Amino acid sequence: MHRVVWSFLVLVLAGISSAVAQDRPLVFRGARLIPITAPPIENGVLVVQGGKIVAVGEEGRVRIPGDAVVHDVAGKVIMPGLVDTHSHIGGGDGGDRSAPIHGDVRILDAIDARNDRIQQAQAGGITTVNVMPGSGHLMSGQTAYLKLRDGRTIYDLLICDDVLTEICGGMKMANGTNPRGQSPFPGTRAKAAALVRAKFIQAQEYREKIRQANGDPSKLPPRKLELEALVEVLAGKRLINLHTHRHDDILTALRLQKEFGFRIVLQHVSEAWKVADEIAAAGAPASIILLDSPGGKLETIDIRSTNGAALEKAGVLVGFHTDDGITDSRLFLRSAGLAVREGMSRDAALYALTMAGARMLDLEDRIGSLDVGKDADFIVLSGDPLSVYTRVEQTWVEGEKVFDLNDPRDRAYAVGGFGVVRVISANHHEGMEGH
Amino acid sequence: MHSSTAVFGKSRLGSGLIGAALAAALVVPSPLAAQLAVRGETVYTMAGPPIQDGVVLIGRDGKIEQVGEASRVRIPSGYRTLEAKVVTPGLVDAHSVVGLAGYLNQPHEQDQLERTNAIQPELRAFDAYNAGEFLVEWIRDYGVTTVHTGHGPGALMSGQTMVVKTRGSNVGEALVDSVTMVAMTLGPEVSANYGGRPGTRSKGVALIRAELIKAQEYARRRGERGQDGPRDLKLETLARVLAGEIPALITAQRATEILAALRLQKEFGFRLVLDGAAESYLVIDEIREAGVPVILHPTMARQSGTLENATFETARLLREAGITVALQSGFEGYVPKTRVVLFEAAMAAAYGLPFEDALRTVTIDAARVIGVADRVGSLERGKDGDVVLFDGDPFEYTTYVCGVIIEGQVVSERCR
Repeated sequence: MHRVVWSFLVLVLAGISSAVAQDRPLVFRGARLIPITAPPIENGVLVVQGGKIVAVGEEGRVRIPGDAVVHDVAGKVIMPGLVDTHSHIGGGDGGDRSAPIHGDVRILDAIDARNDRIQQAQAGGITTVNVMPGSGHLMSGQTAYLKLRDGRTIYDLLICDDVLTEICGGMKMANGTNPRGQSPFPGTRAKAAALVRAKFIQAQEYREKIRQANGDPSKLPPRKLELEALVEVLAGKRLINLHTHRHDDILTALRLQKEFGFRIVLQHVSEAWKVADEIAAAGAPASIILLDSPGGKLETIDIRSTNGAALEKAGVLVGFHTDDGITDSRLFLRSAGLAVREGMSRDAALYALTMAGARMLDLEDRIGSLDVGKDADFIVLSGDPLSVYTRVEQTWVEGEKVFDLNDPRDRAYAVGGFGVVRVISANHHEGMEGH
Repeated sequence: MHSSTAVFGKSRLGSGLIGAALAAALVVPSPLAAQLAVRGETVYTMAGPPIQDGVVLIGRDGKIEQVGEASRVRIPSGYRTLEAKVVTPGLVDAHSVVGLAGYLNQPHEQDQLERTNAIQPELRAFDAYNAGEFLVEWIRDYGVTTVHTGHGPGALMSGQTMVVKTRGSNVGEALVDSVTMVAMTLGPEVSANYGGRPGTRSKGVALIRAELIKAQEYARRRGERGQDGPRDLKLETLARVLAGEIPALITAQRATEILAALRLQKEFGFRLVLDGAAESYLVIDEIREAGVPVILHPTMARQSGTLENATFETARLLREAGITVALQSGFEGYVPKTRVVLFEAAMAAAYGLPFEDALRTVTIDAARVIGVADRVGSLERGKDGDVVLFDGDPFEYTTYVCGVIIEGQVVSERCR
């Protein structure tokens, strides 16, 4: 009896306190704010409420609500949460070896929300991530756009609300050598392109049948999961993310894009510096990776860290990715540092970490900058984001703190240590093959 | 320098007939070495506190003539003067496979691991070194002037290692030390590389012990017979290890593997350098008591597999315990094909290793661990004129290496 009453009281109190925490505005005072869409603000004020940004500005110009919980962050730097446009965290997988094209396969069906790599990505300041199946297929499956909330299940992380009616990610494709293999996989590049073209022509025909049915269920073609997803691609609602390295493969990707009119994000784009103007002319965004050396794989022997600079100069929208496990999510800020070292502008590099990624996920209205009305996804840094000495001290997603360097458990995720990473997915190698 | 830790202070350049012959036949004096004066706003000599507004003079022989404050060093006429914000010794990569493992990652240029036999200490590194390999130039342009390279991890005994300078068009021009260590590995990757033989860690240790016991007997036999009797290249090499002439470089990531390496060292009395050592922070006392230096895995090495318990802080933890730590670019089987010790030291510094200690891991301490500190690793009179010029804090992403000098020869002058 007493126990029941106590439990009830605890529940009520917990409910009140969490409601208060959510409803009371949070104010971050004294930091240098890097809004991305506006010039940096020294001694800034960021106000967050209900998971959204409600005010951003200079100290003295922003009204601080009377009931606010104030965080003194003097000397720190706050910027939007980082957007990783290509990662393999969460232990998910995509299509199997039965076929080279798996437009029907969803990685969201295989992501483990409790995988420790997700916590590590939070430690790296990543708040939104495009989790992809690997690159061993022409089309390995549907990607998943995730918010790195503290979640128990995939539903806590997904950005979409309904996996049956909404588009919850992009579509992963690859060209070059990774998808090659024994039949039914293509043996040459030209064969690969032909297989992809045939599939998209099928999708066009399927779309036409749906159009002709004109809403009459009796005239609709039988459901084909793969073609349904590709109709979304043809409609420009689901973005193609195409893994590509060599300049001729990049051009092939652009050729397919032009033929079928889908929207594409080029991934890796190792030889982008050779065809930056062509990429710009196609209006295709490019998500690049920064590595310590070229080589290791024939397709990447000509990768250059100057890709960021070359693409920026050509007018291409440039984003970054970890391709985690190829690079470590905890070191994602390093991408910007290395890109600037190799000639990219500071502004473009910071944009690439945030807004560019948001745009590559069709989420620019919700994330990517410190703007009023956007999700309260931001990171508190110990210093300038381009300095090697800077550490991510806090990561916030929708007004909730998901990482705090002062918390021993979180700190362990940030630096590593014995038993910190408990879950090694059976598919963790996919990120390796997937590059 | 930590007195509790044994390091190898003497270069073995030309040690043994083979080395001497190779050196005599192939080493060419630096033809382009000029007389240089390198002036830095801050000069980290690694042989004392940094010098503000310092100068390093390098003579025609490629050796350092003088190091000191600019106000006290007279730059002789005819010397070319180079200036930089920060000047350091040429960086020393304490363990790599560049020159043996090519950047294409294709079978024809992967010479760091021979897979027919898990025990092949007789394989000589200089028989496989490609001085023209692209990655040699790659690391050189980031300030690496000396590299300990050779046979890689992945076999119980994969072969020998050597020390080269990142210059020259052939191994002779590059060579500093022809036989530096014998590379050994304890861990599951050995099983993967050799068809499950050995199939366990314990079996691997047993095989190494058996081979070392054979080498003891071989040495005794050869000694008794006055060096006659049939030669066995494998046992000959191991006899040199047992005699303390060549250290064993044992790659051991897990705490169990590290303890096994220390056990082997105690049983056979060879000189040991621990390599990789991802879980070394769990057995710090044991490593310190054994007086063994550590060539730690790259700070940014992928923390998976046997490195799943690695941390970004291990270099700091070892250093604080008084253990000599060097950093390495390591072996990469995929992309990137090599790492760059400058960036690895930077990351160790970012995670709490004090700046100058981090610099030590890729200069003087690395040189000591690989036994070439009499020639490189610090800016001191009489040492090789290996110098790096930076336009700012060497560890910052946006600082460039604007000059690399090897034995008085400017090998790179563009900022990158």
